Amino acid sequence: MTLIRHELRQGKVPFLIWTASIGFLLAVCIFLFPEMKGQMEGVGDVFSSMGSFTAAFGMDKLNFGTLTGFYAVECGNILGLGGAFYAALCSVGILGKEERDKTAEFLLTHPISRRQAVTEKLAAVLLQITAMNLVLYALSAGSIAATGETIPWTEISLLHLAYYLLQLELAGICFGISAFLRKGNVGIGLGIAALLYFLNLISNMAESAEFLKYITPFGYCEGADIIAEGRLDLSLILLGLSLGAAGIAAAYLKYTRKDIH
Amino acid sequence: MDAIQTKGLTKYYGKARGILDVNLTVAQGEFFGFIGPNGAGKSTTIRTLLGLISPSEGSASILGMDILQEKEQILGRVGYMPSEAVFYPGMKVRDVLKLSADLHKRNCQEAARELCQRLQLDPSRKVDELSFGNRKKVSIVCALQHAPDLLILDEPTSGLDPLMQREFFDILREQVRDGATIFLSSHVLSEIQRNCSRAAIIREGRIIACDSVDALSRTNARRVTLRGDVALEDLAGIRDLKKEEDMVNFLYNGDMDRLLRRLASGHVADLAVSEPDLEEIFLHYYEKEGETL
Repeated sequence: MTLIRHELRQGKVPFLIWTASIGFLLAVCIFLFPEMKGQMEGVGDVFSSMGSFTAAFGMDKLNFGTLTGFYAVECGNILGLGGAFYAALCSVGILGKEERDKTAEFLLTHPISRRQAVTEKLAAVLLQITAMNLVLYALSAGSIAATGETIPWTEISLLHLAYYLLQLELAGICFGISAFLRKGNVGIGLGIAALLYFLNLISNMAESAEFLKYITPFGYCEGADIIAEGRLDLSLILLGLSLGAAGIAAAYLKYTRKDIH
Repeated sequence: MDAIQTKGLTKYYGKARGILDVNLTVAQGEFFGFIGPNGAGKSTTIRTLLGLISPSEGSASILGMDILQEKEQILGRVGYMPSEAVFYPGMKVRDVLKLSADLHKRNCQEAARELCQRLQLDPSRKVDELSFGNRKKVSIVCALQHAPDLLILDEPTSGLDPLMQREFFDILREQVRDGATIFLSSHVLSEIQRNCSRAAIIREGRIIACDSVDALSRTNARRVTLRGDVALEDLAGIRDLKKEEDMVNFLYNGDMDRLLRRLASGHVADLAVSEPDLEEIFLHYYEKEGETL
């Protein structure tokens, strides 16, 4: 527990900045909806006739004039990208930073096993991601209620759950990478998050690239599919979460045997 | 039971040499010195003992426990002071000390307060704002506050002013009096000579001498300093000959009678003959492995 508390304290400022930033953007988007709703009939036609660009963002399947359609595209992108960046950032440096900052010699010469250090650091990452998602979920529901719209509980719950699972998967993969890094590298984490995001855009645009959705977790966060079907794609999620679990397993395997310099 | 025992401890970094066949025994209650220049393998030995790196070959035990199998139990009874005192950014000294105590699952407030007072360390300061010497003090308190049975200190005095060094060694001697064992790695030989009862010398990864500090310092060689004019060039047993105007300084390991006759044949205005210090002996170990002066 000591190390979890310590990591949460160390990660407090980035947590507050990312949660506040994503929360602010979500709220702004939601508050813009009532004003935009009236103009959406015309705009919706434009959005749905932009070819590949329309498909990339799933706007061919969604009605931009409804709260759920608007929320899935606008807020989904903010939550998807922002959440993914935070999850990657939070996890990709958590093990490697000890060697980069030369604090490993302090931490690992205390009576704490490597396994316990990995477990507590992982718990700290998961707690931060979970806390951020709970805050954003509450903030979204509150903002929708404040605009006077009816809260589409099922849709926003499924969307938020999908993005939460995406962040867990990404965090697991980046956590695994972190165990191999001697210099905690934020760029690698952000690069992976961005790459996976763009892979999904590509998979939406061309049928021949559809297989990419099995690689990127953004594939199971597709707002258009979630809202249209009213459920998440369990097989994609299981595949994604097993990738995340593999990352975590790699972290344990590597870090418990690693020479610390 | 020995405080530290290593058997054929070897560490390679890929193909590069770390330490080779290190055999060391440090008895409980000993103040043991570990001497060697940078890159000789002092830190590699320590990091292997503490489980930061795993040995390529050999085994070691600390306080009767195997370094690989019982690492956490060992670390609970060891206080370690690394050569570089680095802590988490943004933390205050008292938070670092509390974190260290919490990781030991101990309440060390009283000991920490006393140590901070003796070392004149302000616990309310942020570690980022501290000088190198003051960060070293934080390291000292972290290593000592949980009253460990074995203290492993890697170049502990660099950055500490002479007054603090004296206080630090006073504290260490008190620890030894209370039954703790100290393993002091240093290249400052005077502090090993002043404080340690036994020492080992490491050279290019191998232990080349391990004995009591008295025995390591014992030698037939003498440091001779004279003022005058004597022809010494062809005298056997002379090393490290330095001449400055009419002052001559050298280490002599030959026949003393021959030296005296040679001196008598020349002109000597002043003469001093003294035992060489450990520093000179240490240099000798690095020049000629395994032989004594």
